Amino acid sequence: MTFKPVYIIDGARTPFLKARNAPGPFSASELAVQTSRSLLLRQSFSASDLDEVIVGCASPSTDETNIGRVVGLRIGTGYHVPAWTVMRNCASGMQALDSALTNIQTGRSHLVLAVGTDALSHAPILFSDKMVNWLSQWNTAKKPIQKLHAIRTFRPAYLAPVIGLLKGLNDPVVGISMGQTAENLAWKFGITRQEMDAYSVRSHQRTIEAQNCKQFDEITPIIDAQGNLYTDDDGVRRDSTPDKLAKLKAVFDRPSGNITAGNSSQVSDGAAALIVASAEAVQKWGLQPIGKITDSQWAALDPAQMGLGPVHASIPLLQRNGLRLQDPDLWEINEAFAAQVLGCIRAFASEEYCQEHFNTPAWGTLDQEKLNVDGGAIAIGHPVGASGARIVLHLLHALRARNLSKGVATICIGGGQGGAMLIETMKDEP
Amino acid sequence: MSTELNVKNWSLLIDERQIAWLSINCPERSMNALSTQAMEELKTALDHLGQHTIRGLVFLSGKSNSFIAGADIKEFSNFSSPYDGKQLIERGWSLFNRIEKLPFPTLALIHGTCLGGGLELALASKYRLLIDTPTPALGLPEVMLGIYPAWGGLMRLPALIGPQAALDMILTGRTLDARKAQSLGLVDWVVAPRVARQSAAEWVLSGRPRRQAKGLAKWLNRQPLKRLVARQARKNVARKDPDAHYPAPRAIIDLWEQHNGNGLAAPDIVNRLLSSPVTANLIRVFQLQERLKAFGKQSGLPPVLQVHVIGAGVMGGAIAAWCALQGIKTTLQDTDYSRIANAFKAAAPLFARKDRLTAQAARDRLIPDPDGHGIATADLVIEAIYENIQAKQELYQKLEALMKPDAFLASNTSSLSIQALRSGLKRPERFLGIHFFNPVAKMPLVEIVHAEGISPQTIDRACAFAGQIGKLPLPVQDTPGFLVNAVLAPYMLEAMHCVDEGIDPEVIDKAMLAFGMPMGPIELADTVGLDIALAAGTQLSTGKPVPNCITRLVAQNKLGIKTGEGFYNWKDRKHGIRSNKPVPDGLTQRLITPLIEQARRQTEKGITEDDDLTDAGIIFGTGFAPFRGGPLHYRKTNFGKIP
Repeated sequence: MTFKPVYIIDGARTPFLKARNAPGPFSASELAVQTSRSLLLRQSFSASDLDEVIVGCASPSTDETNIGRVVGLRIGTGYHVPAWTVMRNCASGMQALDSALTNIQTGRSHLVLAVGTDALSHAPILFSDKMVNWLSQWNTAKKPIQKLHAIRTFRPAYLAPVIGLLKGLNDPVVGISMGQTAENLAWKFGITRQEMDAYSVRSHQRTIEAQNCKQFDEITPIIDAQGNLYTDDDGVRRDSTPDKLAKLKAVFDRPSGNITAGNSSQVSDGAAALIVASAEAVQKWGLQPIGKITDSQWAALDPAQMGLGPVHASIPLLQRNGLRLQDPDLWEINEAFAAQVLGCIRAFASEEYCQEHFNTPAWGTLDQEKLNVDGGAIAIGHPVGASGARIVLHLLHALRARNLSKGVATICIGGGQGGAMLIETMKDEP
Repeated sequence: MSTELNVKNWSLLIDERQIAWLSINCPERSMNALSTQAMEELKTALDHLGQHTIRGLVFLSGKSNSFIAGADIKEFSNFSSPYDGKQLIERGWSLFNRIEKLPFPTLALIHGTCLGGGLELALASKYRLLIDTPTPALGLPEVMLGIYPAWGGLMRLPALIGPQAALDMILTGRTLDARKAQSLGLVDWVVAPRVARQSAAEWVLSGRPRRQAKGLAKWLNRQPLKRLVARQARKNVARKDPDAHYPAPRAIIDLWEQHNGNGLAAPDIVNRLLSSPVTANLIRVFQLQERLKAFGKQSGLPPVLQVHVIGAGVMGGAIAAWCALQGIKTTLQDTDYSRIANAFKAAAPLFARKDRLTAQAARDRLIPDPDGHGIATADLVIEAIYENIQAKQELYQKLEALMKPDAFLASNTSSLSIQALRSGLKRPERFLGIHFFNPVAKMPLVEIVHAEGISPQTIDRACAFAGQIGKLPLPVQDTPGFLVNAVLAPYMLEAMHCVDEGIDPEVIDKAMLAFGMPMGPIELADTVGLDIALAAGTQLSTGKPVPNCITRLVAQNKLGIKTGEGFYNWKDRKHGIRSNKPVPDGLTQRLITPLIEQARRQTEKGITEDDDLTDAGIIFGTGFAPFRGGPLHYRKTNFGKIP
């Protein structure tokens, strides 16, 4: 299959806001709308000129059914631009880009807004099944005697809420949480607590450095309904040290596990939007693309080791494009957990793992000076649906800032998958 | 089966179920009005129906936006004697009583605006169904014209929704939306347009009993509880109008309590109302409002689809929020995001009053734009930055290079000259002043500032824009202070001279509140900001020196509400406090005369086209006692005497 490059015209994202105790000030659609609006404001075409809007979202709320259409209408596409929603867990944002890409490749669309968004702080609290069953029994009971019977079957324990977020972060087939898959990788590759914590501290440091050097140009400030302004990712810790992180308790495999809140990605709210176009659209509108997507790959593996998804997706991508591990100038591997990123690095370097899964020798040691150079989800946050789009966007910005040309953005996916995209700047184009 | 009915305002159709559909559609009017002709024709239609077998009668409107807006106000101002008024009342009273007693059920199918006589017609019907689109507005606003709902509204509304809710509606003249109309029981049901006809047909034949106030509300309509309701209502009126400037509210309570809303049984009360100069003045104010509204109705001009506002301060931010709320895509620019966010903060209470979807849509239309991308696509650019002529001129140079060729440019300046500001423009003919008042959401007036060299089309577009966002445009000449500020400056300065002479500021304010101003001049100065008042006063002073008190206060940085202290200490102080001290003789006259004289001078200079427009501008721009009909009208009819 010949892969027609798809041009990235521009992109923007909201600051990522850490989920604290109550629902945050923005819904998933609100985040997507505000950043898409700012993005479209600076283009020479308007929202109604788009061919479609695709939004990747892992957990839209019940009044955001087909959040893609909600976003499209609210940003002013008018009635006649189709819109839809995609979901591939943590890679929903990358899936939005990939779906845009395939529609452009087939000539169905020429100018597409692809967005990844999630507001995990709005994840619902649910009634348990027992409570729901009791409620429907109550509703069908019409006569007083039936109502009385229903009251007698009620148990206060029915009121115990189910935390939607926890359910969402649990694999529905193998029954372990995302954090436990990371514990699996730590055990498999002998990754220590100290290594994870040191990696996490570095993630915060790199993010702070990037903030200081204004490397997050893609952020568009957002304003909530009360008029409060948000300009920066607010989960970044300036006081992060290995000693402090060492004090944190294990969250997933209590009490003696290694994965803590400090060496995991943060639960956050955020959105990232990109405009992708065909060569024809670039010409028609006289656009100046900032980069292009030249290949993409999906892969699947054992859900209990989902964190190695990036390895499974990157390798075919590299192979197809005749690249070695050290050839891309920069890498973005989404930091779901420090142990998970370190696990990928070990896997690339493991002769045994590469032979078993890819029939190739080891791919080598990934240079960490080229990896997540401006920090990652541990410091910035991981609004599930947005991350896949954020890492593509930031990879492109980081390449341009350093005058480099090629990069790989890759993400692990709950349920046992991985996605990867090959991104190039316009450096070598006239 | 349609039926021959040769009248201009109504058409009649009797369908196969023998339901008569009587539809009103007044020719050459955008909204239906129950003129004498329309009422005569309604009588004819009822006579005509008497000759047919009818199982039910539905009143509906053929206009797209409204049911009936009320009686024909023009007919009010043509009374040559109270007898004409009595006749008008009697005709409507009898006709609607007849409708109530018709031998078949009646139903009013209401949509959009339903006010005054229109609502009274609906009240006389057995049933009322309300269509939810377009946005309904139901009310009895007669009190705002100094009269009362004379066609049975004062009798039927309390009986329907209880006297407390009814008197509140009638004494304030406020309108209800669909939700309120249903929850109060004013309408039987709210339906969507897609099932309106069907619902009306089923409902009118349903045989359901006529709705009535029940329980406590029913007992409050009768003695002895009725007396208590009336007493409470009188207390409320006395609180809002302590100087008894407006006779209508008190008359309404008397008519209800003593005559069950039948004005014909109390001719002396009604005559007093109809011959009161207050009534004549309020009708005059209504007509002035219609005149200004007419400036804003420019057919043939394309609407403003996108407006770009530069300057997100108190005025710019509020203007942008208002435009977004009125449905216009609005890009808001300032030097940084935090200033723009402040505008959203200020707009939050305004949006919060709306339902969730309306508020969300308004916020979606209000787009932060610190880089000014919106300039290239805007139909209108409004500049609302700080009052510095050089800064504005530099900005205009940049704007001209980016604006669409057919866009126009306006400044919200209150103290600078449009002719001076435009000196660097390549196309000065498309630049003018559009001057809003604070607070933007509440003040209906917008001064459209014009000068020689501005194209008539630009002026028309500015007036049409004001109409598009629901404001009242007043064309004024480009001179210092335009109309409203030029008139307020000497008024505030005179008040401050009084302070210099030792008169208590609270007594000064009390005198003007008693005169009928919404706010006393000292409190107004504290609200505007003493620095701004001083600058305006210096610029607009009519020869007299600047008062010492304001110079002193400004030097001490006591600038009024915004610094917590000015003439008054604003910590925990409420607005509109009235002093107990007596007002010395002649003070009221002394305080109001500069305003009136300046109004006269501005009109003579040609700032506005005529006396009436001056009065309109000052009433709607300052809240000048509407019951006095405007400063110049007051001068003509009352000079020397202050009732």
